[in-house]
Amino acid sequence: MKHTISVLLQNKPGVLSRVTGLFSGRGFNIESLCVAETLDPNVSCLTVVSRGDEAIIEQITKQLNKLIDVIKVTEINDKEYVEREMILLRVKAEAATRAEVLRVVDIFRGKVVDVSAKSYAIELTGSASKIQAVIDILRPIGIKEIVRTGIIAMSRATKTK
Amino acid sequence: MGKITGSQAVVRCLQEEGVKTIFGYPGGAVLDLFDALMDSDITNVLVRHEQGAVHAADGFARVTGEVGVALLTSGPGATNGVTGIATAHMDSIPLVILTGQVPRPLIGNDAFQEVDIVGITRPCTKHNYLVSNVDDLVSTLREAFHIARTGRPGPVLVDLPKDLIATKLTYPEKTPIHLSCYQPTFNPHPVQIEKACRRIMRATRPVLYVGGGVILSNSSKELTELAEKLSIPVTMTLMGLGAYPGSQKLCMGMLGMHGTYTANMAVAESDLLIAVGARFDDRVTGKLADFATNAEIIHVDIDPTSISKNVRVDIPIVADCKNALTAMNKWFDAESNFKQTEQAGRLQPWLALISEWTAKHPLAYKDNNDSIIKPQYVIEMLHQLTGGQAIITTEVGQNQMWAAQFHKFDYPRHFVTSGGLGTMGFGLPAAIGAQMAFPDRTVIDIAGDGSIQMNIQELATAKQYSCPVKIAILNNGYLGMVRQWQELFYNKRYASTIMDVVPDFVDLAKAYGAVGLRATTKSEVEPVIREALATNNIVIMDFKIEREEGVYPMVPAGKATTEMLLV
Repeated sequence: MKHTISVLLQNKPGVLSRVTGLFSGRGFNIESLCVAETLDPNVSCLTVVSRGDEAIIEQITKQLNKLIDVIKVTEINDKEYVEREMILLRVKAEAATRAEVLRVVDIFRGKVVDVSAKSYAIELTGSASKIQAVIDILRPIGIKEIVRTGIIAMSRATKTK
Repeated sequence: MGKITGSQAVVRCLQEEGVKTIFGYPGGAVLDLFDALMDSDITNVLVRHEQGAVHAADGFARVTGEVGVALLTSGPGATNGVTGIATAHMDSIPLVILTGQVPRPLIGNDAFQEVDIVGITRPCTKHNYLVSNVDDLVSTLREAFHIARTGRPGPVLVDLPKDLIATKLTYPEKTPIHLSCYQPTFNPHPVQIEKACRRIMRATRPVLYVGGGVILSNSSKELTELAEKLSIPVTMTLMGLGAYPGSQKLCMGMLGMHGTYTANMAVAESDLLIAVGARFDDRVTGKLADFATNAEIIHVDIDPTSISKNVRVDIPIVADCKNALTAMNKWFDAESNFKQTEQAGRLQPWLALISEWTAKHPLAYKDNNDSIIKPQYVIEMLHQLTGGQAIITTEVGQNQMWAAQFHKFDYPRHFVTSGGLGTMGFGLPAAIGAQMAFPDRTVIDIAGDGSIQMNIQELATAKQYSCPVKIAILNNGYLGMVRQWQELFYNKRYASTIMDVVPDFVDLAKAYGAVGLRATTKSEVEPVIREALATNNIVIMDFKIEREEGVYPMVPAGKATTEMLLV
């Protein structure tokens, strides 16, 4: 089962390696990992996607909490949440397929960010499933290169009833 | 107040923390620090190898309950300390390790004696720091001590660049430490205490399973009170020995791989396992699927990661063991439905069954030939002739297990052994650390002929600082524990476990200015021990023991703990 865990950390040298070292040292898996500063420059937010049963995820969250530099650990999947990933793709775009590529980009609400005679570079954001869908559709046309950010996620605001 | 150097600030900070003795080895990067130490009342014990420094600080910490301090130079000084740090980490021992580092402008340039010790020790410290700003120096050291000694204790390393400790600073006033991201849960949740106590009142076959957490939190008294109030039999892990008096009636001895028949049977048949400051290590549980299958589990531990890590727990209590045990004792005192005599009567059948197990298979060894020495007999004699008052350290292997089995530990902080990491070479430097803490007490390192050689150089340290440690070598000419596994599981193919060449330990003792004694028959054991205990010098006792004696009971790796090989 896939789990998205959001971790607030002290923004100090070496803190990221404490987190990744914990995952590798204890045999936990990292499917994607994304980290950047928050509004407070002393704090960074790390989003990690991992796989495992309840017991493993419980250990991961406890072990993360045990790190001195970790401020807060939230398991995002516990509640309603939004997740997004950004992807950059360089896709073959020769005479026969240029229009088709543009149509796909349009359907998926992507943007062409770089153009050459034989390719387009495309920027696209969405959930993990949307990103997978666009990759599946563009693959037969010819993907030359992809770069993904990994997932970032946020809990939805509590609804007032 | 005027400005002082970083080195002077480090020394002042150590004094502020009440440190009187540290263990260290100098080098280029820490010259300033050793120089500053000369102007203080702090004694540096100059070891002969940095591993010895950390083990000695560790031994000091285990017997005193204070934070042990080691001071090592950069590069190889620091890496030599890593085994010691990992040893302390596995056993949750509070240490502060100060390491020198190359000057800040050189960091990352592969400078002479440079190593990324913060990177290397990240997984084997509770926390670590590279101090890169001189204004953070003192606050970092204070944090290091705070983190090392609070919560689940552990080693904290502080890496000090050479130029930084030469920089001048204004020593900051001491302020209370508050770390927003480090807030261990000290007090148990009252609801969980009540739940646990009510469950205990219903139990018909309860067992207290006690680990090192009880020793670390100094709660032997509270544990003993609970066990005796409720007539609950007690078993202890290797790290827990001494938490409950080994010679008391409710004591079942150690459990697990080399635990007693009684303890392992009791856990298997128990309907309620009350784990206090223990972590369900694989050496305790054996095959997890068959561990305590009839029992509900209450688990008291200050570290939430220990709870439900290996074994599912029914009633978790995250708290300092002392606070949790005190709360439980108070609960029973206040509960009108609880009567101590009724409880004792109710558990009578269970205690009778336990006595039956002990009568059927007590800890035993075959001792029918006076021309040879049984190692278990040596341990029993050591226990008898010291009245059980000595501090016992051990190396790792058969010597350690025989010590754990046949020496009845009646007091906490009297048994100093590397449990989690199983570090050979631990016992001698740890004994020196213990002796530095308590110069007037008897400190005995129970060793094997293999493991004593791993840090034998520390004999010189013991001599230099007049530490009259006693070393009992159970000499069988083998790496005995590995040999035992080869005997049982590898068709007696003794691959690399025969030590054909070892030094003459009696001559070796002389070479170090110590006293060497040897016993080759049973009747020589007692006079040798008596002479050693009466000698105010380091004594090596070389006991030529039965070569292929094994440690029993033994649960083969991966088997259920009820599947014991007995004597």
